[in-house]
Amino acid sequence: MGPVKFATIAAVFWGIAGFTVGLIIASQLAFPALNFDLPWTAFGRMRPLHTSAVIFAFGGNVLIATSFYVVQRTCRARLAGDLSPWFVVLGYNFFIVIAGTGYLLGITQSKEYAEPEWYADILLTVVWVVYFLVFLCTIIKREEPHIYVANWFYLAFILTIAVLHLGNNPSIPVSIYSSKSYIVWSGVQDAMVQWWYGHNAVGFFLTAGFLGIMYYFIPKRAERPVYSYRLSIIHFWSLIFMYIWAGPHHLHYTALPDWAQTLGMTFSIMLWMPSWGGMINGLMTLSGAWDKLRTDPVLRMLVVSVAFYGMSTFEGPLMSIKAVNSLSHYTDWTIGHVHSGALGWVGYVSFGAIYCLVPWLWNKPKLYSLRLVNWHFWISTLGIVCYISAMWVAGIMQGLMWRAYTSLGFLEYSFLETVEAMHPFYIIRAFGGGLFLAGALIMVWNIYKTIVSPSEETEVSATPALVPAE
Amino acid sequence: MSLWNKHAIFEKNSIVLLIGVLIVISIGGLVEILPLFYLKSTIEKVEGIRPYTPLELAGRNIYVREGCYNCHSQMIRALRDEVERYGHYSLAAESMYDHPFQWGSKRNGPDIARVGGKYSDDWQRRHLANPRAVVSGSIMPGYPFLAKTPLDADKIDQDMKVLAIEGVPYTDEMIAKAAIDLKAQATDDDANAADLIKRYPKANARAFGEQKGVITEADALIAYLQSLGTAVDFKIYDDKANMR
Repeated sequence: MGPVKFATIAAVFWGIAGFTVGLIIASQLAFPALNFDLPWTAFGRMRPLHTSAVIFAFGGNVLIATSFYVVQRTCRARLAGDLSPWFVVLGYNFFIVIAGTGYLLGITQSKEYAEPEWYADILLTVVWVVYFLVFLCTIIKREEPHIYVANWFYLAFILTIAVLHLGNNPSIPVSIYSSKSYIVWSGVQDAMVQWWYGHNAVGFFLTAGFLGIMYYFIPKRAERPVYSYRLSIIHFWSLIFMYIWAGPHHLHYTALPDWAQTLGMTFSIMLWMPSWGGMINGLMTLSGAWDKLRTDPVLRMLVVSVAFYGMSTFEGPLMSIKAVNSLSHYTDWTIGHVHSGALGWVGYVSFGAIYCLVPWLWNKPKLYSLRLVNWHFWISTLGIVCYISAMWVAGIMQGLMWRAYTSLGFLEYSFLETVEAMHPFYIIRAFGGGLFLAGALIMVWNIYKTIVSPSEETEVSATPALVPAE
Repeated sequence: MSLWNKHAIFEKNSIVLLIGVLIVISIGGLVEILPLFYLKSTIEKVEGIRPYTPLELAGRNIYVREGCYNCHSQMIRALRDEVERYGHYSLAAESMYDHPFQWGSKRNGPDIARVGGKYSDDWQRRHLANPRAVVSGSIMPGYPFLAKTPLDADKIDQDMKVLAIEGVPYTDEMIAKAAIDLKAQATDDDANAADLIKRYPKANARAFGEQKGVITEADALIAYLQSLGTAVDFKIYDDKANMR
C-alpha cells in the first residue's frame, strides 16, 4: 500500500459517506421529522458535513491520488521527499476527520466551504504546504524536458487553494483552549472575501484540479493525443485569470457595492469562453476514437463528465447575469446548478479516473466488470437527471412565487406557500440522489472485486516490461 | 520564432510557471477586495449601529453553532418584492460588526434580517422548540434542547476582547461589565437594565424565557433574533445620500 492507493481507497470511502449524508439532508427537507430534534442530526450541522465530505474528502482524495500518480508518470520521476507523500495523505484525511466531527458538535466558523475552526485550519495549512512542496519538487526533478499540461492545472490548483485558504481564514481564537474563534474580516468585506474564496473553491478545487484529471485520463483512455496544444495554453491562462474575479456574482443586489457586483458579473460571463475552450479540447481529443464510447463505459463516463462540465459552465454565466440572478439567487436553482457540476462533472470524471487507476495501481489486467460500470453509468445518469430537473423546476417556481403579485398589487404567496410547493420536488431530488448513491455502491463492489482478482504477474509472469500506464 | 514557442519558458521552468500563475491569480482578488477596505462609500453613513450586547453575542454564537445560516439569509436585496416582504433592503452598515457575516446564500426558510420585533418572545420560544406547532407546513428542524440547556457564557468578555482587537468598538467598561449586562438583559426589571441600555441603546431587556433564575441558550438566541434589523431608524434614514 502506497499513498496513492491509500488516497484512492479513501476517496471511494468518503464518496459513499458524503453521498449518504447528502441523501439524508435531502430527505430532511422533504420530511423534517428526520431531523430528530437532536443537535447532532439537524440539517444546519449536517449540511456542512455533506458539502465538506463530497468536496474536500471525496474530491480532495481524488485530486491527491491522481495528482501524485500523474506527476510521476508525466515527469518520469518518483515523488519527492520519502515519507512526505504519506504525511500529505494521512494528514489530509486526519484533517477531514477532525473537521467533520467538529461540525456535528457545533464547531464551525459558519463560512460556507470553510467551516473548519482555527486549529483544523492550521493543520490543513501545514499539510497543504507539504503537498505543494512534494508536487513542485517532483516537477523540478523531472526527466522530461516539458511540464505536461495536466501538471499546470494541478500546480495552479494547489497554489491557488493555498492563497484562498490563507485569505479567507485569518481568525483570532477566544483562547488557546477554546475551539471558538472570530474571523478578522467583518460584514461586507467578509462577504466579498468569503465568495472570492467560495467561488474559487469551485474554480480551482473543483475545476482546475479536475481539468488536470481530464488532460491526463481522457487522452490515456482514448489512446489519442490532446486535441490542441495551443488551445491548452489559452484554456489554462484565461481560465485561471478570469475565475478569480467571479466571486461577487454570489452577492448580486446585496449590500456589496455595485461596482464589485458588475465586475463579478462581467468576468463570470466571459468565463464561459475559456470553460468551453477546455470542454472542446477534452471532447475533441476523442477524434478518431468516438467508436470507443460504445465499447468502453469508463471512457463514456469521462466524456459525459466533460459534457456536463460544458452544460454547467454555460448555466453558470447565465445565472451570474444580474437579471437572471435576481430570480435564481436564494432558490434551489442554485442547488441544481451546483449538482449538475458536482455530480455530472466532478463525480463522473472522478469515477472515470478511479476506474482507470485501480487496475493500474493494483497491477490488474482489467476491471472486474465493464458491465457493472455500464450499470453504474446509467443508474447515476438517471439520478442526475432526476436531481437537476427537479431542482430547476423547484428553483424557478420558488423564485417566481416569491415575486408574484395579485392584480391588486399585493404579494400573492406567503413564504410558507412557497415551501409547501417544494415538497414533491424535494422527494424527486432525494430519489435522484439515492440513484446516484446506488450507482456509487456498484462501483465499490466492482473495485473491491478488481482488487482481489488475480494479479497480472501471475498470468503473464514470463512477459517482462509490461508497464500499463506509461 | 512564433509567439507560441515562447510559451516553452513556462513549460520548461517550474519556478517561472509558478510565478506566472501567482501573478495571474492575484489580480482579480486584489482589484475586487482591497478597495472595499478604503473606499468610504463601501459602508453607508447611518445612525444607530452598535455592537451586540453580551447576551445577543452569546445568542449569535448559538445561531452560528447550529448552522442557521444554511437556511436563513440575513440580506434583503434591493428588489421590490423583497422590500415588501421583509422590509427595507439591508445596508452594509448593519453587518459592519458581524464577525463573520451571516448574509447566507439559500432560503429554505425566510430571510430574517429584520425579524427583530416581528414575533413575540413566546412565539419564538415555541417555534424554536417545535416549528410545526406554530407554523404547520414548516420544514425547520426542532430545537427543543435549547430551552433546556443553561447558557454557558461566563467567559463572554473574552469573546468581546477578541472582537475589540478586530475593530468592534467594545469599550473597557463594556467588557468589564459583560457578566452584569448579560444577566440584566435576561431578567425582568433588573436594577442594572438602565446601565445596559445606556451602553447598548435600544437593547431589549426582559426575561426571554419561562424559567425563573436560569438563562438558557434559547433566551440568548431569542435576544439575538429580537435585535435583528432594528438598529437603524428608516424613518430618518436618507438613502439618497448613500447612493453608490
